[in-house]
Amino acid sequence: MKHPEPETTPVLELEGVSKSFGAVRALRGVSLRLYAGEAHALAGENGAGKSTLIKVLAGVHRPDTGTVLLDGEPVGFHGPADARDAGVAVIYQEPTLFPDLSVAENIFVGRQPRRSFGRVDHRAVRRATAELFERLGVDLDPDRPARGLSIADQQLVEIAKALSFDARVLIMDEPTAALTGSEVARLFGVVRTLRSQGAAVLFISHRLEEIFALCRRVTTLRDGALISSEPLEGLSEDDLVRRMVGRDLDDLYPKQRTEIGEVALGVRRLTREGVFTDVSFEVRRGEIVGLAGLVGAGRSELARAVFGVDRFDGGEVEVLGRRLRTGAPSAAMAAGLALVPEDRRAQGLVMDMSIERNIGLTGFAATTRAGLMNRAAERDRAVDWAVRLQVKYARLAHVVGTLSGGNQQKVVLAKWLATSPQVLIVDEPTRGIDVGTKAEVHRLLSSLAAQGVAVLMISSDLPEILGMADRVLVMHEGRLTAEIPGSEATEEAVMAAATGRADRGRTAA
Amino acid sequence: MTVTADPVRQQPAPPPDASRRLVDRVFKARELAVALVLVLILGATQLSNTEFLSEQGVKDLLLNATILVLVATGQAVVVITRNVDLSVGSVLGISAFAAGIHLRDGGSPLVAVLLAVGLGALFGVLNGALVSLGKVPALVVTLGTLYIVRGIDSIWVGSRQITADALPAGFVDFGHDGIWVLPYLALLATAVLAGVAYYLRSYHSGRDLYALGSSPEAARLAGIPVRARIMTAYVLCGALAGLAGALYLARFGNVDSATGNGYELTVVSAVVVGGVAFTGGSGTVYGAALGALLLTSINSVLPAIGVSSVWVTAINGFLLLLAIAADRILALRVAAALRKKAARTRSARHA
Repeated sequence: MKHPEPETTPVLELEGVSKSFGAVRALRGVSLRLYAGEAHALAGENGAGKSTLIKVLAGVHRPDTGTVLLDGEPVGFHGPADARDAGVAVIYQEPTLFPDLSVAENIFVGRQPRRSFGRVDHRAVRRATAELFERLGVDLDPDRPARGLSIADQQLVEIAKALSFDARVLIMDEPTAALTGSEVARLFGVVRTLRSQGAAVLFISHRLEEIFALCRRVTTLRDGALISSEPLEGLSEDDLVRRMVGRDLDDLYPKQRTEIGEVALGVRRLTREGVFTDVSFEVRRGEIVGLAGLVGAGRSELARAVFGVDRFDGGEVEVLGRRLRTGAPSAAMAAGLALVPEDRRAQGLVMDMSIERNIGLTGFAATTRAGLMNRAAERDRAVDWAVRLQVKYARLAHVVGTLSGGNQQKVVLAKWLATSPQVLIVDEPTRGIDVGTKAEVHRLLSSLAAQGVAVLMISSDLPEILGMADRVLVMHEGRLTAEIPGSEATEEAVMAAATGRADRGRTAA
Repeated sequence: MTVTADPVRQQPAPPPDASRRLVDRVFKARELAVALVLVLILGATQLSNTEFLSEQGVKDLLLNATILVLVATGQAVVVITRNVDLSVGSVLGISAFAAGIHLRDGGSPLVAVLLAVGLGALFGVLNGALVSLGKVPALVVTLGTLYIVRGIDSIWVGSRQITADALPAGFVDFGHDGIWVLPYLALLATAVLAGVAYYLRSYHSGRDLYALGSSPEAARLAGIPVRARIMTAYVLCGALAGLAGALYLARFGNVDSATGNGYELTVVSAVVVGGVAFTGGSGTVYGAALGALLLTSINSVLPAIGVSSVWVTAINGFLLLLAIAADRILALRVAAALRKKAARTRSARHA
């Protein structure tokens, strides 16, 4: 072993920590040591307890048993403020910003620089924010409100927030899920600098190559229990996956052969001012069409307009030959269209409602008789789909917010598949979910296509696009810049079109 | 795509003055709109009745608004945290009576005012504790305290009442006089308003109130002492309702067990008309004060132009809906502006 555990005292350490929520045992006797100047990866499937572990380190949860040690001394964090004051910075998986406050205030909330008499120095706040953004290479106005920022931009603000105080421990829960390649590279640059300055880093990502690129040691959790804690050197990605899943994974992109049929979704010259322009494409029955592009290229906005959530200013949308009105999602649903949105917490689910009710939301027409809801029918429908998609739940009546990210995504899928759609649009279907669930989602999409459903898959995960799509559409700055057959699609070709460097001859083949 | 012509690319960190414009315009526009409506209404009334803005007319207008401005300021602070305090009317009533009893028994005016403020703050503590510890919606909790405080008031006051002749002359004069057209009461309210506005803008705990109202969950994760801040907002609101009670006594010289009955709804209307969003996190106390001024002006305007005052409530309701509609339209336009801005920035970034 080249990297034995350093002799020094860990900066932050968990020892035998357990935490339960009701009957759910989220962590069972987990230990973790974070050393100064070392990046440590935390691996595990969704629901393995990673987020709980982070919240213990961040002072959000207090462990039921076990201790948190700072510089070898036991500490009791009484709240997030205690952990922050001890130098622990956390970037959460789901950005936690204040929509009404400016970006600059979001970064410095509670710790703004002060002038005389304890007054907030608004200018210093703004200046410091501009400096942070420059360091991160981010082009955001410090004074704009956080409301309406894309997820990627929100994540960048979170990162700036974590960098804004000299963190001794930097914890990042899936910071890269929404970022583009260049933004990830820049983030890693900053993290490496912090690491070399002696900060301890705890890094969580479902992109295994990032773990290998950044970290030296890895701790793996499964079902709340510690599986291993070891140096990454000498491990292969397969080894890591096996530790996380506890079994070998089948092919990640199980593509079934399908019969490509008639045009199911036709979009012609669709335009929404300032968002996307003159977009035309078709998706046929049995086909999976990938829609690639950088974050902010207008892909999700296009999907929202096609489904009728947003209005479009020009062009037309046809589903199975029926022309859709603009801004009418219920008409789109009736025509056989379904949209699994990008942000499952804000758009896909009602977080405070039960699993059963969430799935039931799309099925009132089927489960209502003479204006009265048939609760039994709703329940049967929910059970049917939850079982088909193998949602891991204790009771269907439980609030959907208590499920792990991957299981939440399955509930969103169940909710829409229960409408038996002819055309399914999925926006980032596997973002922030673990490899095991990811493969399940891919298998599901494949089998839907095999049954004759037309699938439009928006994804920022290039291997996913290349592995799943029969055809790849690429958007750049609100325009469709390339259409590449699946067999010819390469990472280079897609990235070239996504960054606007595509060779003109290829445009809209 | 031309790169050189794009200012965003040339200034990666735009100077504060330029970049603040959008945000400032948005927030100020809301208050400007209320101010504009106010000026229009007053101007139009003045045209049809030249006596309206006489020295006494202006003075009356300001005097009438003073108490509502004070209570609306406190209420705005609570509403910014995504809560509400419905007990302000009851607190105002009981504080006014407490101050009145003290003065009737020969107490000093200063002590009477402090007594009213203290009593208000005490009820603020009660509200704050119930809302922050009980984790029950503020609407329900303060509806409960509204009735409790009113109940205590009724038992204590009974059929008694305080009249102007029981009060020291200096105190009553303070409630009427002023410098030129500016009543002392209005000056006092303005000072309080400016103080609260400055606190909200320039102090950590003030900024925290906005953060808290904008996203309670994020506030918790950011380590903001949520309970303490909610408590601060309620205590401030209660204290201002108490102060308003003392000033009510000075202004009208007449307090009984029904004083302040139903006042909370007027206050909430003023706050909303003034652009403080009920969903929390946005708006200013200046906006709330303008809203209060607008609502009380309507009361004076109608008689001045010969319209029966039975119209007042209907018009207030209409203003409330108008304000909410305006907020909605404004929000949509801001979203569109941010969208265009983002598109421009993006082009610059990838050009």
